[in-house]
Amino acid sequence: MLKNVHFGPSVLPFLLVFPQIVVTLVFFIWPASQALYQSLLLEDAFGLKTEFVWFKNFEELIHDPLYWSSFEITVVFSFLVAFLSMSFALVLAIFADRVIKGSGAYRTLLIWPYAVAPVTAGALWVFMFNPTLGIISYALSALGYEWNHQLNGGEAMALVVMASAWKQVAYNFLFFLAGLQSIPKSLIEAAAIDGAGPLRRTFDIILPLLSPTTFFLLVINIVYAFFETFGVIHVVTAGGPAGATNILVYKVFNDGFVGLDLGGSAAQSVILMIIVIGLTVIQFKYVEKRVAY
Amino acid sequence: MVENRPLLTIFSHIMLLFGVAVIALPIWIMFVAASHPEIRMTQVPLPMLPGGYFFENLDIALNRGMSGMDGNGVAYMMLNSLIMAMMIAVGKIAISLLSAFAIVYFRFPFRMFFFWMIFVTLMLPVEVRILPTYEVVANLGMLDSYWGLSIPLIASATATFMFRQVFLTIPDEMLEAARIDGAGPMRFFWDILIPMSRTNIAALFVILFIYGWNQYLWPLLITSEPGMYTVVMGIKQMLEAAEQVPQWNVIMMTALLAMLPPIFVVIFMQSLFVKGLTETEK
Amino acid sequence: MARVVLEGIRKTYPNGFKAIHGVDVAIEEGEFLVLVGPSGCGKSTLLRMIAGLESITEGRLSIGDRDVNNLEPSERNIAMVFQNYALYPHMSVYKNMAYGLKIMGLPKAEIEERVKKAATILELTDEQLIRKPRQLSGGQRQRVAMGRAIVREPSVFLFDEPLSNLDAKLRVQMRLEIKTLQANLGITSIYVTHDQVEAMTLGHRLMVLNAGNVEQLGTPIELYQRPESLFVAGFIGSPAMNFAEARIDAAGKTITISGQEALPLGDGGMAEHGGKDVILGVRPEHLELVAGAPDAVPMTVTMVEQLGADTLVHGHFGESKSDLTVRLEGIRHIKGGEVLPIRVSPDHLHVFDPKTERRLS
Repeated sequence: MLKNVHFGPSVLPFLLVFPQIVVTLVFFIWPASQALYQSLLLEDAFGLKTEFVWFKNFEELIHDPLYWSSFEITVVFSFLVAFLSMSFALVLAIFADRVIKGSGAYRTLLIWPYAVAPVTAGALWVFMFNPTLGIISYALSALGYEWNHQLNGGEAMALVVMASAWKQVAYNFLFFLAGLQSIPKSLIEAAAIDGAGPLRRTFDIILPLLSPTTFFLLVINIVYAFFETFGVIHVVTAGGPAGATNILVYKVFNDGFVGLDLGGSAAQSVILMIIVIGLTVIQFKYVEKRVAY
Repeated sequence: MVENRPLLTIFSHIMLLFGVAVIALPIWIMFVAASHPEIRMTQVPLPMLPGGYFFENLDIALNRGMSGMDGNGVAYMMLNSLIMAMMIAVGKIAISLLSAFAIVYFRFPFRMFFFWMIFVTLMLPVEVRILPTYEVVANLGMLDSYWGLSIPLIASATATFMFRQVFLTIPDEMLEAARIDGAGPMRFFWDILIPMSRTNIAALFVILFIYGWNQYLWPLLITSEPGMYTVVMGIKQMLEAAEQVPQWNVIMMTALLAMLPPIFVVIFMQSLFVKGLTETEK
Repeated sequence: MARVVLEGIRKTYPNGFKAIHGVDVAIEEGEFLVLVGPSGCGKSTLLRMIAGLESITEGRLSIGDRDVNNLEPSERNIAMVFQNYALYPHMSVYKNMAYGLKIMGLPKAEIEERVKKAATILELTDEQLIRKPRQLSGGQRQRVAMGRAIVREPSVFLFDEPLSNLDAKLRVQMRLEIKTLQANLGITSIYVTHDQVEAMTLGHRLMVLNAGNVEQLGTPIELYQRPESLFVAGFIGSPAMNFAEARIDAAGKTITISGQEALPLGDGGMAEHGGKDVILGVRPEHLELVAGAPDAVPMTVTMVEQLGADTLVHGHFGESKSDLTVRLEGIRHIKGGEVLPIRVSPDHLHVFDPKTERRLS
C-alpha cells in the first residue's frame, strides 16, 4: 500500500494527485451523482418542467415490458458472446499450446482483431452479411437460405453476436494461452505416465487447472458484452429489427439522446452502474483468491 | 510435447490454420473489397480475390470521400483520431504516474480518501454516466474540441493501479540510495522512477492508444462539427449513406485505414501489447 | 574522516514500538565499528538513523563537529553500501557512481576524475564502467556499490550487511577487501552484520545489540575473553559457549555443576558470591582431553563431528542433562558412548548471574 520508506510531509503530494482528482471529480463523481439525482426527476421532453418523483422512474422501468425485454436480450447476448468467443479461443489455445513450432506465428495471426474498433468490426460483418450483396448471404442463398438480418430478429442477434465475439477471441486466446503455459509441464508428464492420453489429460488436468482463468475471462467478457459493444450494435442493427438487439447500453443512449426521456435514461444508467459495481466486486474477490492461491 | 504423436501435431496445425482463416476472413474480404472499382461492388457475387484498384480507392477515401458526402475524404479524420488517441494515452499516463507516485511514496492527510476516490472510477465506465458527462462537457464549452474528446476519458483507475503495483515492486533501497545521493522527490521521480518503469509505460501506452483510437460513443455525442469527426465515426456515416449509394469499395478502404494504426501497434509491439493487457487487467 | 558521537539515542515508532533503548558511543576518527546482533535487534535501525533514513526520536547524533539530527541524508557527509547494493538498474556503472556527484553540482571533469580514481582502487575496468549493473557478477556489483560510496569522499562509511547476498567463498574474499580498503582510506566506518565471524574479523570495536539494548561494546578480544552478559557469551564464538547451572560454595573457592565434582575457581575465587546459584559458561575450545589428570571430569560422548582441522565432540557430564560441546584439535578417533576424561581450565570459566544474566566477578 505505502512504502516503509517515504518522503517527508510537504504540499507536493497534493499537487501530484491534484490533476487526477480534478478530472475524477468533474468527469466521474459529479456526472455519476447527477445521474443518481436525475433518476429521481421527471422532466418533460422540452426540459421546461422538472418534478421530483422519488423512485417513480424505477417503478416505471420495472413495469415496462420493453425494459424487461431489453434486459433479457442483454443477458442472452452477453452469454452468447462470452460462450462463443471463449470456447473458440480455448480450443485454439489448447492446439497452439501443443504445437512447439509456430505457436508465436499463430499468436500474431490471431490477436489482431483486438485492435479493430467495434464500429469497424460491425462494418465488416454487416458487409459480409449484406442481404443483397454480402458474400456470406450470397453463399447462404446458394444453399437455399435467405439471410436478412434487417427483417429477422434472430438473424440480427446472430450477426451482432458473431461480430462482437470475433473481436474478443484475440483477448481470450492470449489469456488462455498464458494460462496453459503456466501449467507446470511436470503435471502433464505425471498424467502421461499415469497413462492418460492427450484428450483425457485435457479434460482431467488442463481444464480444471485453467478454471481460474476461465472465470476471470467470463467476468471480463460479460463486462465487454454489456458495455463495449455499443459500436457494433449501433452500426449493425441500431437495436432493431423491432428492438431484437436493443441491449441495455444502447437503450440508455436511445432513450436519453434520441427519445429525450432524461429521467428514465438516468434510472437505467443507475441500474447499469449497480451491475458494473457488482461485476467489479466479483472480479476483485476473485483476484484476492488468485493471490492466495 | 509429452509424447511424440505426429498425427496429432498435424491435426493441431490444421485446426489452428482453420482458426486463423475464420479470424482473418472478414479482414481479407475487406481488403479485397477495397481493391475493386465501385462498379464491381454492385455485381453479385462479390469478388474473393483482390483487384487492381487499390490505390485509386485509397486516393478517393483519403482525399475525396464518398460521392454525395462533403468531398473531404477521411485524411483529416485520421488526424483527429491520432490527436485524440495520443492525448488520451499521454494524458492518462501522465496523471496516473503522478498520482501513483504520491500515493505510494508520500504519507499525507486524506491519502486513503484520494485513493478510494480514484478507485471508484474503476466502476464507472463512460457508457453508464454518458448523459450527465455530456452536460458537464457542454457547460464547460468543450464540445467540438480536442479537450472535450480526450479529457473526460483520461481519468483512469486502472493505470493508477498498475503504476502503484510497479512502484511497490521497486525496492525501498532505491529511494534510500537516491536520498543519500541527495535527490529530492521530483528528481527521484524523473531520474529513477520513470526510467525504471519504462517498459510498463510503453506497454500501457500501446493499450491506451488502441483504446483511444477506437472510441466511438463519446466522440459521436460531443462532436457536431464535421471537422472534429474521427475516422471510426466516419465509417458509421458512410454506412448510413450507403443505404442510398453503396460504395462499399470506399467504405472498406476507410475501414482498412481505421484499423491500420492500431493493428500496426499490436503486431509490431506485440510483446509490449501482451504485457500491457495482462498487467492492466488485474 | 570524522568522529561520530551518539548520545542517548532512542527510537520509538509511531505505533509505540521501541526499537532502540538508548545508545551512547563515540566512534573515533578512522575507527571501524561493527554493529552485530541477531535479526530484529535494532542494528539496522540504528545504522539507518545515523544515515538519516530513519528519524531519531531522542538523543543527539553528531558527525565531525556538527549535530546532524535534523539533516537530510545527503547533507550528513556519509555514504552507504546497501545489502542488495541498490544500484540504479537503468544507469551504467559509471553513471551509478557519478549520480550523487552530479546532484552535488560538481564539474564534469572532477566527477570523471573521482570515478576513475575509485574504479582504479576497486579494480573496475573501463569496459565494466559502461555496463549496466545486471551485466555484472555479484562480486562486481558489490565493488560498484562501494565505488559509489568512495567517490563521495565521505567522512563516514555506512555498511548495511553488504556481504549477505554473496556466496560463502566470495564473502571471505570481499571481507578482506573491505578491511584493506578501510585501512588504506582510513575513513570512519560503521558496519552492520548478523554474522559474528564477519564482526570479529572486521571491527576495531564491536557493539553487540539485543532487542534494542547495547549488550556490550569492546574490541573483539575483549568480547571473546570477557563477555559481559550471557547473551554476548552465547553470541560470540563458534561453536557456541557451553552453559550449565552451577553453585558456588560458601567460601567462594570452588564451583559445582549439579551432581559433579567441585571445580576450583581461578583468580583467588569469588568470595563475594559465596553460596550463590549461578550459570557457568566455558568455551568448547577451553575443554581439554587429559587422560589421568586428577581433576578431570568424565564426559559421556553422544556424537562426534569431524571437521578435519578440529573434532567437535558432543556429550554430557555423567548424569547431567546439560549438553556439552568440546573442540579438540586435529582428527580424533572417538565413538559415541565412550567416556572421556575432560579437564576444565579454571582460568577460562565465565560465571553469570541467572537473574540479571550479567557477568559476575
